[in-house]
Amino acid sequence: MRTELDAAYSGRTLAARAATAASCIAVAIALVPLLAILLYVAQRGLGALSWSFFTSLPKPVGEGGGGMANAIVGTLELVGLASLIGIPIGIAAGLFLAEYRTTLLARVGRFSADVLAGVPSIIVGIVVYAVVVVRMQRFSTLAGALALAVLMLPLVARTTDELARTVPDSLREAALALGASRWRIAIHVVLRTASPGIRAGCMLAVARVCGETAPLLFTAFNNRFWNESVLDPTSSLQVQIFTYTMSPYDDWHAQAWAAALVLVAIVVVLNLVARRVLRGPRAA
Amino acid sequence: MNEPAALTDPPTSSATHAPRSIGEPSHALVDRSLVAVGGGAACIVGLVLVAVAVVVLEMALPSLRELGFGFVTGRHWDPVHGDFGALPFLFGTLVTSLVALLLAVPVALGVALFLTDLGPPLLRRPVAALVELLAAVPGVVYGLWAAIVLAPLLRTTVEPALEAHLGFLPMFRGPKVGVGLLCASVVLAVMILPTIASMSREVLRAVPAELREGGLALGATRWDVVRRIVLPHAKSGIFGAILLGFGRAVGETMAVAMVVGSRADITGSLFSPGYTMASVIANEFAEATSTLHVAALAEIGLLLFGVTLAFNVTARLLVSRVRGPEAALARVARPREESA
Repeated sequence: MRTELDAAYSGRTLAARAATAASCIAVAIALVPLLAILLYVAQRGLGALSWSFFTSLPKPVGEGGGGMANAIVGTLELVGLASLIGIPIGIAAGLFLAEYRTTLLARVGRFSADVLAGVPSIIVGIVVYAVVVVRMQRFSTLAGALALAVLMLPLVARTTDELARTVPDSLREAALALGASRWRIAIHVVLRTASPGIRAGCMLAVARVCGETAPLLFTAFNNRFWNESVLDPTSSLQVQIFTYTMSPYDDWHAQAWAAALVLVAIVVVLNLVARRVLRGPRAA
Repeated sequence: MNEPAALTDPPTSSATHAPRSIGEPSHALVDRSLVAVGGGAACIVGLVLVAVAVVVLEMALPSLRELGFGFVTGRHWDPVHGDFGALPFLFGTLVTSLVALLLAVPVALGVALFLTDLGPPLLRRPVAALVELLAAVPGVVYGLWAAIVLAPLLRTTVEPALEAHLGFLPMFRGPKVGVGLLCASVVLAVMILPTIASMSREVLRAVPAELREGGLALGATRWDVVRRIVLPHAKSGIFGAILLGFGRAVGETMAVAMVVGSRADITGSLFSPGYTMASVIANEFAEATSTLHVAALAEIGLLLFGVTLAFNVTARLLVSRVRGPEAALARVARPREESA
């Protein structure tokens, strides 16, 4: 219903409409690159994807065919090892930060985690190179996994911390009143209550390091063949995408798109599952 | 401290009254050792950070000693002849990050406001999910897209158009090769957009609903509320979000390394190839043979570490200051838990 007041304020409603329109345009602009990237990755990646991509080793330029079986396994191995190292330490640290939040150690730990999360990943790469690769005198899967674990650690710790702190203190008090000790509470009450969120947080951290490339350049390096043990350098999808993109060969560009498709699929699936895990109990 | 701190007793004083049977370790002992595990894990986080700083500093020592302050002012980078001047990298990082901010900030703020105040409520959740998806795509995939799709597009369409219309500015003139500072800036803008948008959204959300409702009740339009109430309230937090985006842009390595052109040069043109601090480490570190070359790259890493550290710490302080009122409100809302 139109009134005189509306007419008097038409200038302001016009401005409001313009602002709304501008924000819609901003959203459109933001989504253009996302859709463009996803479309290109899907289209070019599907075109280059074949059975042999998943089963065979890379072939030299010009031979055609070939795949990235070793890189796919390499990425899974790197991320798996990194998770084994980073997630338990991260969760333990996060619980400590939340349960003893007022202690000096917790405050220092939280600050360190925040700072560490902002350190560029390439710097973690050169540090692991200096500490592990130089000492062992070889590039190795283990060194790559360690670099990724360092990147996961603050993410997992801070997520656990934040989520553990959302657990109401009344639950802790109830358990204390029943005679439970502080760490029993941390594990049986806090961890259990916050576990969907923590699981989701871990998945997001895994998804995040799946795409990390820079720290692998001088740690896991690359390998044209299968790596025999964790002490050998390994190929990975991330590094293969980089190497193949920078090459001048069309074959290799096609393979890079296929690798990107596989990598994006892994990351997106992890993200969607994490979202699902997070929303699960709320929906129930 | 802002957060409700009900549990204040020190770790060692936790006694347990649970009954225990003979042969089992005492609960107090288990408790103490588990606290030690947690505390140890928290220590590891701190130690890793210290180790990163110390190792990078140690690696950079030969360069710090030999090249001194001339390192950051030197304009020539020629490892083969032992010339190490890092200014082109500082320049490239600064230019690409600033241009990326210029491109990303208005769009990111628009998106954040869409998500909190201006957009139709039905669309907010899917748009938020898509923006988060944008953040999840790995940097190297952005690099692939930029190198194969974006760079040719810039070369054939965007750069000629920019030169035709804005060519009177020296930064829009020059060789049109596609890869270069402009291309790197555009990719960075796309990559930091979700960071800034989601941090700003969090900050905007923290503005108490009562303030918005008060404004609307007085007859303000949604835009009036945003302009007069929400934005002033969230100003420093949004500034923090922008700093955080800048920190990300400075540290981003792979996507930039793939499209920046990799030439250590300082020119006035955005079209020309350049180099950044992170991407020179990525490209040259594995091939550096002389001690001084490695040390010089480590010193660039040290500078990068310092810059990102400063930006991230400032940004977090600004963002957490804005989050403060919300935390305070939450405390007021449940005072019973606070009194324990």
